[in-house]
Amino acid sequence: MSPKLSRRMFLAESGMLVVSVGALSASNPFAAVANAQTPGQYPDPDFRELDSWIVIHQDNTATFHVGKTDCGQGTGTAFRQMMSDELDIAYDKTTCIMGSTDNTVDQGGSGGSDAIQTDGWPMRRVAAEARRVLLEMAAAQFAVPVSALAVRDAVITVKADSSKRVTYGELIGGKRFHVALTGRNVDATTGVASVKAVQDLRFVGQPLPRYDIPAKVDGSQKWAVDVKLPGMVHARNVKPPQAGATLVSIDESSVRSLPGFVKVVSKGNYVAVVCEREEQAVAAARRLKVDWQKPATAPFPASDDLFTFMRAATPTSAQAPVVQGNLDAALAGAVKVVEAEYDVPFQGHTAFAPAHALADPSNGQMTIYSNDMKSYGMRNGVAEFLGMPREQVRVVWTEGPQGYGRTAADDAGFEAAYLAKEIGRPVRVQWMRNEETGWDTKGPAFAFKLRGGLDAKGNLVALDYSARAADYNHVGYNEADTVLIAQLMGVRKARPAAGSAGTPTELYEIPNRRLTSDVVSLPLAFETPLRTGNLRDPNGPQIAFASESFIDELAAAANADPVEFRLRLLTAGTTEDSGFKRARSIAVIKAAAEAYGWSPRTSPKPRDTGTILTGRGMAYAIRSQTVVAEIAEVEVNRQTGHVWVKRLVCAHDCGLVINPLGTRRSIEGGMLHSLSRALHEEVTFDTEKTTGVDWITHPSLRHADVPARIDVVLVNGDPKPDRPDLPHYGAGETICKPLIAAVANAIYDATGVRLRRVPFRDARVLAALKAARV
Amino acid sequence: MSVTLKVNGGTHTVDVDASTPLLYVLRNDIGAVGPHFGCGLGQCGACTVIINGAAVRSCVTPCSAVKGEITTLEGLAKNGALHPVQKAWIEEQVPQCGFCQNGQILNAKVLLDRHPNPTDAEIREGMNSTLCRCMTYFRVQTAIKRAAVLLRAAGPESEKGGAA
Repeated sequence: MSPKLSRRMFLAESGMLVVSVGALSASNPFAAVANAQTPGQYPDPDFRELDSWIVIHQDNTATFHVGKTDCGQGTGTAFRQMMSDELDIAYDKTTCIMGSTDNTVDQGGSGGSDAIQTDGWPMRRVAAEARRVLLEMAAAQFAVPVSALAVRDAVITVKADSSKRVTYGELIGGKRFHVALTGRNVDATTGVASVKAVQDLRFVGQPLPRYDIPAKVDGSQKWAVDVKLPGMVHARNVKPPQAGATLVSIDESSVRSLPGFVKVVSKGNYVAVVCEREEQAVAAARRLKVDWQKPATAPFPASDDLFTFMRAATPTSAQAPVVQGNLDAALAGAVKVVEAEYDVPFQGHTAFAPAHALADPSNGQMTIYSNDMKSYGMRNGVAEFLGMPREQVRVVWTEGPQGYGRTAADDAGFEAAYLAKEIGRPVRVQWMRNEETGWDTKGPAFAFKLRGGLDAKGNLVALDYSARAADYNHVGYNEADTVLIAQLMGVRKARPAAGSAGTPTELYEIPNRRLTSDVVSLPLAFETPLRTGNLRDPNGPQIAFASESFIDELAAAANADPVEFRLRLLTAGTTEDSGFKRARSIAVIKAAAEAYGWSPRTSPKPRDTGTILTGRGMAYAIRSQTVVAEIAEVEVNRQTGHVWVKRLVCAHDCGLVINPLGTRRSIEGGMLHSLSRALHEEVTFDTEKTTGVDWITHPSLRHADVPARIDVVLVNGDPKPDRPDLPHYGAGETICKPLIAAVANAIYDATGVRLRRVPFRDARVLAALKAARV
Repeated sequence: MSVTLKVNGGTHTVDVDASTPLLYVLRNDIGAVGPHFGCGLGQCGACTVIINGAAVRSCVTPCSAVKGEITTLEGLAKNGALHPVQKAWIEEQVPQCGFCQNGQILNAKVLLDRHPNPTDAEIREGMNSTLCRCMTYFRVQTAIKRAAVLLRAAGPESEKGGAA
């Protein structure tokens, strides 16, 4: 056994120990993992070795090691279903280890809704390869050809003589495969074996319950926030009180006599206080006297003036326009031209638990316990940031609050590592609520302008789309030169990321089109709480809000039913597209309409006479290969402006569904997250700082907002729905795209008032209703 | 100062500042890590514990002010059997990331103690200040109704559930 594997297996086993330790045990459940930081390097598990992926145990069970993290969508359960099927082992005889950099291959952690669509394939192929190798071993043992063998539930039998049987555990339990795989990168990893036909999969397609849920319900789950290490201390940040403020001086005497005080650490504009106990660090960070110099010019306009500023700004970059036909001529010849502008503010991740991490600097190495969804990237970034060899750094991925992209969990990991190196003791960093809500990365604000031309028959013959995003210096994941601590220390990326605005993904057939998009910068591009980063289908919800609201405006102008209008634009297409997305678009729109009970008519409907106005709206979108149509039914209170989304319908086609229960749950959560963005969420700021800093000043969806009914229809709109190679696409982020538009369209249907500015808070809706004399 | 707390049937004496939030003492000194830090402001419910039958936000409760027996999520199961609310939560597959579920479960438990057969309006109002950013609200509400059925089926003994 090589030192590399023995280390990996030891860690794998100690990782499993964590699960079995009682929650109230006086012993430290993480001691085993923590003590594993002995001198020596942390290897990179080699994706070209079968042993990096699958371990068969003597008791005929299997452990799958995958380079992914799960932010709550149940992907671990889905991976086990896929790999159990290909390996031919019962699902409940398997376990899955995810996300830690030294005992799983680097599959990038989470991101891009690609866990099933991309990373599921190498998992299936390596499990199929393990099955092939085991069958060959059995064939040699029984001196028969492989074709004479049958395998089920990890037991291989000779077909002609069922007394001849051997288990996977007997063949290789506790030993290594020593089988090389091939592939130019981890996504392409493969052995010799082929994957099974869809029809031969037993666990895939079943609504199996998630294996991680019981521990999250009985309190035994160990989260990243629960890791305790001997000698650990607690840190709290002291952030600049105004965006762009410069540190002048720190009066350490203001906290030196406080109980448990360890140290004030500062460099550039980064300031943290470290104390022995958590509550001491909280108190010291509040008490520390720091002199800051306000910036000479305002870092940004107030949020009320944001869109005026953006529309007047000079772009920092522009994406190449997409041009089709002759837009100007088509608009000039149109019978009716419709124009509209739409605004979407900055919206945050505002994770339920503020960012946190614990870093252990012992033995000249660095272990970071983090829930960051890209643990592998954090390892590389922290090594670069601290100037340490990456072999000396590892990230132990441990569960945490939801991650929908580039969250502040990245920042906290770097801060903990930096402070741990400075102090020489394990340091736990925990952001406070105001930091998380105020300083987390934001989804960019958007200002749109659209024009559309209809011919005499009400056909859409011209579309002019232009999008502008406040997205300059968009921060990447775990980058040593863009994480917040680096920026505050004065690090400046040589070429800040240009950012992007983006264009719609729908497959409407419009003969004359021009799609343009550009990016603008706010005055302060660095060290700003309005830094942008990927947020759950980056840009998709904003773009779909504008484009799918506008399609409804055009349908109304054409006196057409909104569903019929969309189907007309889709069926007009004749070119085929990858993955039959047009056919699948038609299928999901029809499925959503059918599930809702949609009867064709134009919007708005004749206005109700009472206080409550009701209406319905639909929108559809594509991300990658997944197609989604959503319908919202709303009640609008004419006197208060309050919007209640009473019912939601989603028709969703992600190809082969691995776990329909998990998919439905993800769809429900994704729609309600977008509903929160539609109704409540906006990052507010004055000309110095963000002013939404908690759940009162930055509201989020609550129990009282929840629809009375949610219908989810899983659609297989493939032209050959039973084909044995039906692909599995990424189910997640597409869900978030169309919902804001569906709600806006429903409000229009109910009231005849078009809301073109997100979010649809009571006061904004009421003002719009009053302006329209509703 | 020395503070003595009764937690999940055990007694713990800790030497901490009297103003220390109960949450930190539970998590860092006693090892009851079911309650979570979510806001430190009493706004989200992540830190909920049950004291004298009431849902209490431990992040804004000084540890020295606590007089009654504290039940945390870990203490809800009795003799190895999950509380009906927990059973309903697993049957409905409620959690997404799961980080807020301590608050959802304990607030639901207290709600059901007071309203054994809650209406939709009572559930919405009773749970409205318990937040979830994965937006599991819909199935939390479904699970509360399921738990109400399980509690009635289990009879009055089980209804008391847990130590609270």
